[in-house]
Amino acid sequence: MENIEEQLRETVKKLLKEKKVDLVIGYSKGTLPFHSTPVFIADEKDADNLIFDFTCGNNLAKYLQKSKVKNHGKIGIIAKGCDGRSIVQHIVENQIKREEVVIIGVHCDGVIDIRKLEEKVGRKEILKYQVENDKIIVEGKGFKKSLSKQDILSDSCIACKYPNSPVYDVFVGNPVPIAEPRKPITNNLESLSSDERWAYFEKEISKCIRCYACRNACPLCYCEECFVDQSNPQWFGKSPNLSDTMIFHIVRTLHTAGRCVSCGACTRACPTGVNLAPLGIRMEKEIKDRFGYTAGLDTEATPPMADWNEEDKQEFIM
Amino acid sequence: MTEHRTPNTEHRNWEPKILAFLCNWCSYAGADLAGVSRIQYPPNIRVIRVPCSGRINSTFVLKCLQNGFDGVLVSGCHPGDCHYITGNYYARRKFAVLKTLLEFIGIEPGRVQFSWVSAGEGEKFAEVIKKVTEDVKKLGPAKKLVKI
Repeated sequence: MENIEEQLRETVKKLLKEKKVDLVIGYSKGTLPFHSTPVFIADEKDADNLIFDFTCGNNLAKYLQKSKVKNHGKIGIIAKGCDGRSIVQHIVENQIKREEVVIIGVHCDGVIDIRKLEEKVGRKEILKYQVENDKIIVEGKGFKKSLSKQDILSDSCIACKYPNSPVYDVFVGNPVPIAEPRKPITNNLESLSSDERWAYFEKEISKCIRCYACRNACPLCYCEECFVDQSNPQWFGKSPNLSDTMIFHIVRTLHTAGRCVSCGACTRACPTGVNLAPLGIRMEKEIKDRFGYTAGLDTEATPPMADWNEEDKQEFIM
Repeated sequence: MTEHRTPNTEHRNWEPKILAFLCNWCSYAGADLAGVSRIQYPPNIRVIRVPCSGRINSTFVLKCLQNGFDGVLVSGCHPGDCHYITGNYYARRKFAVLKTLLEFIGIEPGRVQFSWVSAGEGEKFAEVIKKVTEDVKKLGPAKKLVKI
């Protein structure tokens, strides 16, 4: 990993020096262990702050929409597989032009889920950690624990099929494909009855406090005004009433159907641990089965929900 | 809309309330034909006329369920017959995704239904309403998603 970070910094410095990009979006060390923070680099001297490891969980494509970033000129962006696919979706949806971004691809082995780490360690303050191959040694006041990296990986990363950005201008390291075929984690929800599934989602969604962290972390939630913020007319209530909250999540899933790349940023951003992943994964499967489309792979594609085909299946219509 | 907010549960002679979104050019005319042809069908539907099935936003359907309707029917022109040429093709994709998600999250499959009824299909319109009403009756009053 050290090696990749060094190469990454050199690449970014070179791009800035040659004026190929005006601003680079990447990650730097956060203020707490196991946290990284997005960083915006316009000066090559700052490139030494860049890092890339399993703490880099934010989806950077989110920042392409911010006007402060957009007005900066040509943007370089460090892209894991999911960031890359989100960038492709932005291009497909005419939010940015391909030539406006320089995609710096990196191979990603998955990012960690802080919540899983908390479960393993308990509510103790972690002061530092060390990485030894697949083991992570966590240290705090009066405790030391060795964890397997696989155990604290984000669910969406365990199921990830695209560890490398499908489109890139520069690739740092080698775009190694995944070794074994992976299956999405859906907690076997499909085999449950409809009442059991409702009970599951009722339990999950009732944790939601309507802070909208999921929406704010989502690279594809870029509407200027979200439907839940509309007040004229006001469609749905803003309090954490179960019906309103459930509908917020249903409609958010519908709005991201055929666009969501299952990066898991929403689930990782959630302060109360609502598992939103099954909704996105189910939609991804439906869109693939029905319309043969996988989000974020082809910059020339037409978004499936803005398209139609005479032969679309209609077995559910009387 | 407040009228619908309290689900009339445990009522012995409970009759479902179903909202039907009918497209102006086909299904609404189909309903009209059923009427002038004096074909009997259950009186459980309340109709909202829309310009096209493509006008239906998924939030309309969710809002109905939230306000206590026991069932929702969306009906439009047959594929290829849309007054606006392609409106119902887009609608079909939207409905497919909406129906899958609602079923996945645990809403009973019969609550939200879709149909194509042309202006000449008065008979079919009555059949569709009969079927939807029967399905919803079997399911009982809506409880999930109703805002209390």
